[in-house]
Amino acid sequence: MEHANDITLTVNGTRVSRRVPARQHLVDFLRDELGLTGSHIGCEHGVCGACTVRVNGEIVRGCLMLAVQADGCTVDTIEGLSDAKELEALQKAFHERNALQCGFCTPGMLMAALDLTKKNTKVTREEIRAHISGNYCRCTGYQAIVDAIEEVVNGQG
Amino acid sequence: MGKAELPLHAPGTQVDRGYIGESVPRPNAQRLLQGRGAFIDDLRLPRLAHVAFFRSPHAHARIKKLDFEKARRADGVIGVFDGRAVAEYCKPWVAVLGHLKGIKSPPQHAIAIERACWQGEALAAVVAESRSQAEDAVALIEAEWEELPVVVDMEESLQNKTTIHPELGDNICFNRELDTGGVEEAFAKADVVVEDTFHFGRHTGVCLEGRAILADYNAAEHSLTVYQATQAPHMMQDIFSRHLGIPEANVRVIAKDVGGSFGIKVHVYPDEMATAALSIMLRRPVKFVADRLESFLSDIHAREHRVKVRLAVSKTGEIVAFDLDDLTAIGPYSVYPRTSGIEGNQVVNLTGGPYRHQKYRAKMNVVFTNKNLTCQYRAVGHPIAVALTEGIVDLAAQKLGMDPAQFRKINLIADDAYPYTFPSGLKFEQLSHHKALDLLLKTMEYSKLRDEQSRLRQQGIYRGIGIAAMIEVTNPSPAFYGVGGARISAQDGATLRLEPTGMVTVMCSVTEQGQGTEAAFAQIAASAVGISIDKVKVITGDTGVTPYGGGTWASRGAGIGGEAVLLAGRALRSNMLDVAAAMLKMDKTELDVEKNYVVNLLTREKKIDLAELGRVAYFRPDTLPLDFQSELTVTRHYTPRQYAFAFTNGIQASLVEVDVETGFVQLLKHWCVEDSGTVINPMLVDEQLRGGVVQGIGAALFEECVYGPDGQLLNGNLADYLVPMAGEMPDIVCAHIETPTRQSQLGAKGVGEAGTAGAPGAVMNAINDALLPFNARVTAMPFTPERILKALKKV
Repeated sequence: MEHANDITLTVNGTRVSRRVPARQHLVDFLRDELGLTGSHIGCEHGVCGACTVRVNGEIVRGCLMLAVQADGCTVDTIEGLSDAKELEALQKAFHERNALQCGFCTPGMLMAALDLTKKNTKVTREEIRAHISGNYCRCTGYQAIVDAIEEVVNGQG
Repeated sequence: MGKAELPLHAPGTQVDRGYIGESVPRPNAQRLLQGRGAFIDDLRLPRLAHVAFFRSPHAHARIKKLDFEKARRADGVIGVFDGRAVAEYCKPWVAVLGHLKGIKSPPQHAIAIERACWQGEALAAVVAESRSQAEDAVALIEAEWEELPVVVDMEESLQNKTTIHPELGDNICFNRELDTGGVEEAFAKADVVVEDTFHFGRHTGVCLEGRAILADYNAAEHSLTVYQATQAPHMMQDIFSRHLGIPEANVRVIAKDVGGSFGIKVHVYPDEMATAALSIMLRRPVKFVADRLESFLSDIHAREHRVKVRLAVSKTGEIVAFDLDDLTAIGPYSVYPRTSGIEGNQVVNLTGGPYRHQKYRAKMNVVFTNKNLTCQYRAVGHPIAVALTEGIVDLAAQKLGMDPAQFRKINLIADDAYPYTFPSGLKFEQLSHHKALDLLLKTMEYSKLRDEQSRLRQQGIYRGIGIAAMIEVTNPSPAFYGVGGARISAQDGATLRLEPTGMVTVMCSVTEQGQGTEAAFAQIAASAVGISIDKVKVITGDTGVTPYGGGTWASRGAGIGGEAVLLAGRALRSNMLDVAAAMLKMDKTELDVEKNYVVNLLTREKKIDLAELGRVAYFRPDTLPLDFQSELTVTRHYTPRQYAFAFTNGIQASLVEVDVETGFVQLLKHWCVEDSGTVINPMLVDEQLRGGVVQGIGAALFEECVYGPDGQLLNGNLADYLVPMAGEMPDIVCAHIETPTRQSQLGAKGVGEAGTAGAPGAVMNAINDALLPFNARVTAMPFTPERILKALKKV
């Protein structure tokens, strides 16, 4: 049998304990063990950003972090942040501006965008584009995404 | 909102278009915004097994031995199967079409038997209780090979020194020649002749969601339910039925949320067919999701063309003739069922498309190589035809010392010349090239940009402006595939049902991959019936539920599916008025539906809430006349027939700055003017255009599947294969002209591929415009810094 570890962590506000294979990455754990399928797997080598989740308040690539490394951590996913309304303004702006098409990149994109709103400062379009450059979107031209984030971060219509 | 009258484009009349033309946010986007969509990999079924494939490490090799012993003993393994075992359950296919005369391709199996013909071809399947266990076991398969000669280069393939499939005689899958006559004479007499050779790199779709399928065989019913990330559920239903030997009525294909498709997910893939066969063999559900590395090796690639083009021009700048020689390589098999002959065929059909010359000659060869297969990817052939047309047109303008915009003005087909037959035989119903060019030049402030360009050049800043005009195939009739014998539907259907609560459910055979089809259908249905959009629920992507139809491809969803929804909506409204008339004992002609109520046609007085109408029709029909039966579910279909395609036109422009020291291209801005007929939702159309432009920019600057001389893909991962990122993309300005097609009541043409079709040519021309002072020129996409520095003779 492969090596396994016991971990306990808080996911979307709920404490969970599991025995996980040492090699299992965080997003597989969230999806397969906890059924939190909102975090998506796009490349599994840390490029596309579709699996972005929040660990102890910082955004991370769920495919570049092992589940065992999340032992004792607080993990927030798209489902939890949606229910907590933390993403409400961004989701509304994304919806109204059609800043998504297939929606596969969207949870990760929203995580990255939320991170930018936490900085509490005004940003330029170039800064927004740079900030989300680790999140690939293959459907939109990124422009509506930039518009939506700009609206929320800078509080303009 | 009111209701839509018909036709929407009746000349000289003002009609109430309802929601049509409004930027309505997509109702179905809410679940995606919360991560609560249903992509294939999100589904969980009891006894679900997972498959991973053992793929060939060689581009061309005979399999001497496959040893599964260790793999079979690995943890969690349910079974390991080779090509012969799977072939017992899945018949091979041959991808040819009757109207592509002479096209040939050998039979292809779900799992290769005896021989691998490209690196990444599946040679064995391991089914296990988890994907990771299946992958572990794949690593335990032992193989012995006899490596075979590899054909990588398409020119070499054409020479046929090594024949990949000896039984076919040569490496030519398909060829075509077209000649209007008079071409040689035209070139002999021309004042100016320009010629160049353009190279188009191989690239691929990179859908963020890998290809995905979950096949669930029910042995008791001999039925197969397939959850698949596909653009064409009914086509796949037919194929699963015929190749797996299950009656069509017992096959149900369900496409829930699909994470990007772009043409990648409209083809038959061997590993997906194998997954369905394995579900039958193991009598349990089996899932396959392509990971990113195997996506690069097994999703179809596209392009890889080498095109020589010559242009004959008069000294006053009139194009007289085009002469074309296209060579393209498609890998070792033509892709089923659309074939890999279509892209080259489109290049022949479309080259020179916006212009009014009458002499045209084209030669095109499609050859086999030992690389991954190529087939139809977003804009199929258009990016090639547009770039080489616009590249050679710019070269002619340059040689004549004419402004590129002025040169186009002289040569674009006049807006009053329609209907028009192009030398390749294509018929255009009504295009608006001149209106589009004028709008583009005005929107981008062309003269101002040219002034700025010359000013900056003095300061050693090299900016370029590139223009690309285009025509685009949309709303294809059966002439595209059906006439060739493919069981691919050119018609689509929509069923609309009034629910007892006054809601309307729409079921349409066109699918949704994020482009907003369902939102557009909701807008059309609400407008046609006379209800508010929140009263509409749209269901797509389920062969067990929707009418029969083609699905989503070739920019056809809104134009064809939308027309079916419009016709069904009108019919449902009429049937609702029959019920209302019976309830109110009034004449139907005195009534109308507006804002969820039956109203008096003249006074607009509210007569019956639709929920009340539904209640009576479904639960108290005893209160209606004895001879009256309500029909509150209606189905309508639509097939485009009078024209082979509803051609659209558009024109794009790119503004770039080239750093002549580093070869880097900075995209400063991009403009896109498009005439796609009736625009149903401007916000959705604009961002789809922009997404298309970005994919086209990817082709022009970044994306290429690079192969080594041994047929090994050298950059098959997302770190090495460059996909456009937000940081390097420009703002993209969209503008529209609306010339509705009169073939339908809705008047909508397609728009999904336009951005991708025009952007590469516009960017190429912009770069070459920037390089003009250096007498340098690039013609091989993608235009990497290395290629630009080579053109500048700096490396």
